[in-house]
Amino acid sequence: MLDFIKRHEGLWLFSRSPAVIIAAIVAVIIILGAVLAPWIAPVNPYDLASFSLMDGLLPPMWEEFGTEKFPLGTDDQGRDMISSILYGARLSLIIGIAAMAIATVLGVGLGLAAGYYGGRFDAVAMRIADIQLALPAILTALLIDGIARGILPPDMQQNLRVTVLTIAIALSLWVNFARTARASTFVQMNKEYVQAAVMQGQHPLRVMFVHILPNILGPLLVIMTVDLASAILLEATLSFLGIGLPADSPSLGTLIRIGMQFLLSGEWWILWIPTLFLVALVVSINILGDFLRDVFNPRLR
Amino acid sequence: MLRVENLTVKFPSRFGDVTAVEDMAMTIAPGEIHGLVGESGAGKSTVGAAIIGLLQSPGFVAEGSLQLGETNLRGLDQFEAHKLRGKRISMIFQDPQTSLNPLMKIEDQLVETILAHEDISVKEAQGRAVDLLEEMGIENAAARMQSYPHQFSGGMRQRAVIALALCTNPELIIADEPTTALDVAVQSQVLDLIRHLADVRKVGFMLITHDIGVIAQIADTVTVMRRGKLIENGPTAQVLGQPKHPYTQQLMGAVPPLDRKIARFPVPEDVDGLETSSKGDGAEAWLLGGERQDSVGLTLDDITVQFAGSRTSIWSKPDPFTALENISFDVRPGSVMGIVGESGSGKSTLAKTLTGLVKPVSGAMTLGGTNLPGGKARSRHHPSRQLIQMVFQDPFSSLNSRHRIGAILAEPLWLYGLVEGESSRRDLCLQMLSLVGMAPEAIDKYPHQFSGGQRQRIAVARALLARPKILICDEPTSALDVSIQAELLNLLKDLQSAFGLTIIFISHNLAVVRQMADDIVVLRNGSIQEQGPSERVFDTPTADYTKKLLSLTPVMPRVWSS
Repeated sequence: MLDFIKRHEGLWLFSRSPAVIIAAIVAVIIILGAVLAPWIAPVNPYDLASFSLMDGLLPPMWEEFGTEKFPLGTDDQGRDMISSILYGARLSLIIGIAAMAIATVLGVGLGLAAGYYGGRFDAVAMRIADIQLALPAILTALLIDGIARGILPPDMQQNLRVTVLTIAIALSLWVNFARTARASTFVQMNKEYVQAAVMQGQHPLRVMFVHILPNILGPLLVIMTVDLASAILLEATLSFLGIGLPADSPSLGTLIRIGMQFLLSGEWWILWIPTLFLVALVVSINILGDFLRDVFNPRLR
Repeated sequence: MLRVENLTVKFPSRFGDVTAVEDMAMTIAPGEIHGLVGESGAGKSTVGAAIIGLLQSPGFVAEGSLQLGETNLRGLDQFEAHKLRGKRISMIFQDPQTSLNPLMKIEDQLVETILAHEDISVKEAQGRAVDLLEEMGIENAAARMQSYPHQFSGGMRQRAVIALALCTNPELIIADEPTTALDVAVQSQVLDLIRHLADVRKVGFMLITHDIGVIAQIADTVTVMRRGKLIENGPTAQVLGQPKHPYTQQLMGAVPPLDRKIARFPVPEDVDGLETSSKGDGAEAWLLGGERQDSVGLTLDDITVQFAGSRTSIWSKPDPFTALENISFDVRPGSVMGIVGESGSGKSTLAKTLTGLVKPVSGAMTLGGTNLPGGKARSRHHPSRQLIQMVFQDPFSSLNSRHRIGAILAEPLWLYGLVEGESSRRDLCLQMLSLVGMAPEAIDKYPHQFSGGQRQRIAVARALLARPKILICDEPTSALDVSIQAELLNLLKDLQSAFGLTIIFISHNLAVVRQMADDIVVLRNGSIQEQGPSERVFDTPTADYTKKLLSLTPVMPRVWSS
């Protein structure tokens, strides 16, 4: 086992950094919790019949009046907090990962092509990226939300909230990928293996995706982890502001928004527990991202 | 003055300590130039770093004594070692471009260093700086030292670096590959300067280099290293002229001579790289088979290449920069055309023009009598894409590090539709690997698992698998050690005579070109200085530039006076 670890640079570094190990454990627990939510959560918070107003505003079990039936207490509707958080994290992660995936495909594709062709194509693609950067994510989300509301029939709108949110987040994240992919591609274009492939007369798409892409994956993987954290935060922000998911299908951001109303009336747990949960998730993903960057960039070691 | 005894340097790693230098010994007297030669990985630079106390972390001196005059270098604490560096031992690095601070004037860098070690006024320090630069042969030094490093030429920069190393009157200067990044003309000036300083100032020099010609030219004594161990040492003429150790003998045999052409190099036996005795007959038959392999020639007629120059005004178009001007030459079918020139002479641009990566603004090229379009006008499916193949300079970037060797080699086979079927392609790749002297296991490995010489063999194999008629080699050996270079040159010679390949061999190294070329073109600043049969040009050069290049290249005396 020790030999196996020693042979792999990444594993070796991992085994020697306690912060990264803790972050990895936290991230794995949260992600497992979110994935397994339908099986491990005490109740289904989306099922309106499963909770009653009579249980409303119960504190966590270790406080006075807390009960073991609701380990982390309930919100004003009588919804079990731990179930809401697990389901909420599930939604947050689905939206975050989907948005990151869309942003990766869009950004890496455009960035690779811009770096490969250069010249006018590059200039146009990068100006679009600049314009995108100038638009705040919230504005993009509002715009798409508005368009979706305008052109879709009302009964479809409710089902499409998740999609709209995902696209809005993806649109505000792809620029990072495009810029990194473009810069890395420029570096690779000067390498002789790329010249060899071009010289042999290989198809441009093959040169881009088979030859260049594997060589620029390192920095892209780092951005993927960091942007996953951003995507989750962005979703929380949008939901907090009310543009995101509605109160009946709460994500972490929605839970925090609901909790805000009770901050000053003594029911602290409704706000603080989902917030801490979100912070733990985002911080641990960020630590893992930093670690990946160190692994892929020997100069920073 | 400097005395090193059984020096051992170790680097702790996660697999335990790695011994980089073992039981090394050397002495350097005042005014002596001591050459330290060896191939890459021999531990030359580690010895230098250990002496100056700048071993890269986590390396450490495990054993041995380092004595400079009366001072025990190992006994110094951090503060004392810091004071000694620069004051008594200085260092000159390989690349003058990176060892000077680009944001500081030359004057400020010199004055800063002088003031760091001596308690004198700024005025005095400036005076010293001027004197030093003038001693280095920089004219009008008081005015010139107001410049920034980028305003100096390469040779001037290296002189400034040497001045920087000298400004505290050190006893010992460690020069790590001081001329490797320089052209021959500048190299010879810098070497003369080093010799002069050793003679006049009585500074001891430790000259670390892989270039045996340089050592032969200026070193008094020489130490040969291999794999961290001392192989042989003594006066230069004795060690290089009558080497006793078999490794030194092999090394000397592999150095290409400038004054004659030899048929084959004697190849050292246990050099890493050659792994198989099988000849790869299948690949040979495949290369010879198919349609009859007629050799094909190439002609260039009045080719001019221009690049966009740097913009000086936003209103007018920038003047174009001419990289190649009216280049015309003829490559006979089945011959080797050598192209020589210093950096910036347009050698690589010429290779790129031939391969269609760069478009000439005027002129025409023909391949075997048919017109060869340049740049983007050459379509992806043009037959020349297959017929012209290239071996690049840097074997570390010419193979895609994320692909297995098998995938890299098979690419030309399916791209040009030469061989159908996965398994028959694989068989042919295996055969080709044996033809270039590689073990068959290589096919499932990644490029980083091989040394530079092995990678260059793989690059040659890839080029051959396209069944080319013309092979362009752009500095194929400049990243390689001499013994590996000798092997690769042998391989190219064999392939050329077996398959009637036409080779265009580009290099700045005159000795190497002489070993390969039938005809030669001498380039300078994008225009042809001289062309003709190689032996004629080397024996009786007519152009002044060729004469100058030949006289400045460091060579080994044919007969050593002992």
